Amino acid sequence: MTPVLELRGITKRFPGVVANDHIDLKLEAGEVHALLGENGAGKTTLMNILYGLYSPDEGEIFVKGKPFMPKSPSDAISAGIGMVHQHFMLVPVFTVTENVMLGDEYVKRGGILDRKRAADRIRQISDQYNLFVDPDAYIKDTPVGIQQRVEIIKLLFREADILILDEPTAVLTPQEADELFKIMENLSRMGKSIIFITHKLREVLEFSDRITVIRGGKVMGSVTPAEADQNKLASMMVGRDIELDIDKKPARVGEKVLEIKDLMVADAQNHLVVKGINLEVHAGEIVGIAGVQGNGQTELVRTVTGLMHPVSGKITILGKDTTHASPQEIIELGTAHIPEDRQKDGLVLPYPITDNLILNTFYKPPFAKGGMLQEPEIAKNARELVSSFDIRTPSIETPVGTLSGGNQQKVIVAREFSRPIKFLVASQPTRGLDVGSIEYIHHRLIEKRDEGCAVLLVSTELDEIMQLSDRIGVIFGGKIIKILPAKGATKEEIGLLMAGVESESKTPDSQPVSVG
Amino acid sequence: MTEPEQKAQTPAEKLEKTPKASKPNTFTVFLEEVSRNSLTVTILAIVTGLLLGGLVAVVTTETVYEAFKFSFGYGFSEAFRVLGATYSALFTGSFGQPEVIRAAIASGDWQQINIAFSPFFESLVQSTPYIFAGLAVALGFRVGLFNIGAEGQIFVGALAAVWAGTQIHGLPAIIHAPLALLIGGLGGAIWGFIPGLLKAKTGANEVINTMMMNYIAFRLSEYLLTGVLKDPTKAHPISATVDTAAWLPRLFPTPNRFHVGFFVALLLAFLVYLLLFKTTLGFQLRTVGFNPNAARYAGMSIVKNTVIALSLSGALAGLAGANEVLGVNRNLGVAFSSGYGFDSIALALLGNSHPLGVVLASLLFGFLRNGALRMQLQAGIPIDIISIMQAAILAFIAAPGIIRTIYRLKEPKETVADPVLSTKLKEQQP
Repeated sequence: MTPVLELRGITKRFPGVVANDHIDLKLEAGEVHALLGENGAGKTTLMNILYGLYSPDEGEIFVKGKPFMPKSPSDAISAGIGMVHQHFMLVPVFTVTENVMLGDEYVKRGGILDRKRAADRIRQISDQYNLFVDPDAYIKDTPVGIQQRVEIIKLLFREADILILDEPTAVLTPQEADELFKIMENLSRMGKSIIFITHKLREVLEFSDRITVIRGGKVMGSVTPAEADQNKLASMMVGRDIELDIDKKPARVGEKVLEIKDLMVADAQNHLVVKGINLEVHAGEIVGIAGVQGNGQTELVRTVTGLMHPVSGKITILGKDTTHASPQEIIELGTAHIPEDRQKDGLVLPYPITDNLILNTFYKPPFAKGGMLQEPEIAKNARELVSSFDIRTPSIETPVGTLSGGNQQKVIVAREFSRPIKFLVASQPTRGLDVGSIEYIHHRLIEKRDEGCAVLLVSTELDEIMQLSDRIGVIFGGKIIKILPAKGATKEEIGLLMAGVESESKTPDSQPVSVG
Repeated sequence: MTEPEQKAQTPAEKLEKTPKASKPNTFTVFLEEVSRNSLTVTILAIVTGLLLGGLVAVVTTETVYEAFKFSFGYGFSEAFRVLGATYSALFTGSFGQPEVIRAAIASGDWQQINIAFSPFFESLVQSTPYIFAGLAVALGFRVGLFNIGAEGQIFVGALAAVWAGTQIHGLPAIIHAPLALLIGGLGGAIWGFIPGLLKAKTGANEVINTMMMNYIAFRLSEYLLTGVLKDPTKAHPISATVDTAAWLPRLFPTPNRFHVGFFVALLLAFLVYLLLFKTTLGFQLRTVGFNPNAARYAGMSIVKNTVIALSLSGALAGLAGANEVLGVNRNLGVAFSSGYGFDSIALALLGNSHPLGVVLASLLFGFLRNGALRMQLQAGIPIDIISIMQAAILAFIAAPGIIRTIYRLKEPKETVADPVLSTKLKEQQP
């Protein structure tokens, strides 16, 4: 049987980089094909070539056996290829129908839009593939998971047979992701072929028929899930052995470092978002806070680090009442903070690495003397940290904004870990990072714990929480609804708690979801 | 848990291999920072602006049209005559007439030499308030604040300086002049402090408030100049002449008005440079300006730094006013500033908000303005052509795309450190 899609020897060069180097890929009808690779491995370039956004320097493409060379996305669409981008291309103030029609409008005589006919079609597609999308809903009122389905409907509406999904689970909760995979299964059963781009190992092993791994623009191999496991795939992606399973020594729990009592925090709109949290973190342990984004963890972290102040309650760090302390006072106590949004809070992007590494110690010796910055010392510090924290950069004067996400995060970790700390607040420490950097940061966190540092870890990645934590608190609706020892906790149990379900069941869609 | 093995070389090795020039001195860093701001475009923008101004001078001159009526060739030669006259008057007005300078040097008479060179020095005198005010706005820009109120701060600075010059008596010049200058700066600082405090405490937009403070300053100056500061011997609202002890000393005999204020301005440019790039305070100010979130995260106080920044900016503008009063006019009338405060926004932009850039831009504006006087007298070209030239230069600076297209310049090269990221950036482009 001829494959629906075949790429042969696709090569694309950019000045100084070969983004795709003789890539071969075969997609069979009804197959879910995962394209796995680290950030910058060339996955997106390849898909953009297929979608007509780039033309390759070499190589051939065949669709159902016929040669095909798209010059624009509309060529790709008419050949039955559709793509859902990582960032959705939807107009928030339009309805689902209007968004789906956009660019392919149904019109009545006189140029009037035929919304009804389009809506009927969408309803029919939605029923056929069990998508549960209401054509009349406005995008701005729809959860992210549904928005993604609208993107998929857009492709089906244009009768695409080959669907490309770029990092489809990056924006979804675990439950939404599972539903997406069910939909993908449905689609493939009905004869659609799917390529999905990802760097998440668990997903590809569970949900794909075939996995192609790309590294540095080259195909490293194509395997079936049965032939592979997480460690093997990770090694193929990164090019060296990866230790994903961290075996950590048992925690040597020491004195109480953080104590939170009846904490209530309101957001900028004066809505109560943290509704009475009690929590303790001791030296030498990692307490993980699991939860779907938007359940109060951001505000909890900002309050603990002094960036926000609570409505009521009490926070004590190392025996000092810090409820109303300034960020600087809290830093001075020996607190380090890896912020949730590294580019917004953690770094000054136009600044060189040197300056970012002294962002909260710039006024102290040896970096300052008599109010003057000591450039040789600052440069020396940067050279040392760049080498000991393995920050990949052409020079210490390079603006951090031009570094990759992983290296930006390493700059933050280097800065926070290079001063004596007793308490570490790490919020989404590996968000958006590649496997290599995730491994690195995880090991560093464990190292700090073993040195006797108290660690409060907040993450929406359940795997991360389960791997690193000694105790896990599940946050839902501004409350920590349960704290349980990590040993013996199951993913299902925590997943249900994250959805706010303790005994009674609730549909995942009814939970609050915040975008981005 | 072994450290990942590096294939080629660790970053540290790479760093060591990068030939690091022996510690660059402050001045080369200073120059390099300016040149990084696509200096070519700036220079071409200036040249193009000057050309455009000349063109406007030609097409607005009656005689050109009359000559064209007569014959085409005659028209062209008249057009070029006007163009030549405009530029030569602009040049001799701002630098001096070469033949006069030559004759004066040949004669060996100091007074003649002084007169021959006085256009050049007068240009420096014109540039001086620009430097102060330009630094004020540039400092604001560097820390993310738009100080639109330099004009008002100049007025308050001038008022404060004239108060110090007319109400304090009996001090020796070595104390009185610096004191008066300082009080002028303080006046401007207060005028910057108020919107700074309002912004820091209530979030009130500094653009609006500095602008509103301008009007208060204008009315305040009218009130004081018709009241306590008014010279009782004069009919119109003008202050008494400041004590000679408070004068900024002039270095040459009249008519040369060149005074020490120019050197004070240069010194301040250097101090602002040091403050911004070499001190911990400057580090905080810039961090707050670039990314207030990161500044807060790092424990810096947004309130304190905003107030300090606007006060310093106001002080610099206040010095511009004090400098004019103590160095040039020696008294203060209503409407004494010819829009230095508003031009200063343009200067900061032209100089890329860098102290050295501001100094160069101020010299350009000072020389143009001084040359324009002679251009009007000698070539009959209205002085407003200068405003057109300045506006055109700024428009070209603000829209570098125009200059790049005209001169077929290449886009500035992006320096992306990470090859992976650079592909990523490219991938995101369409």
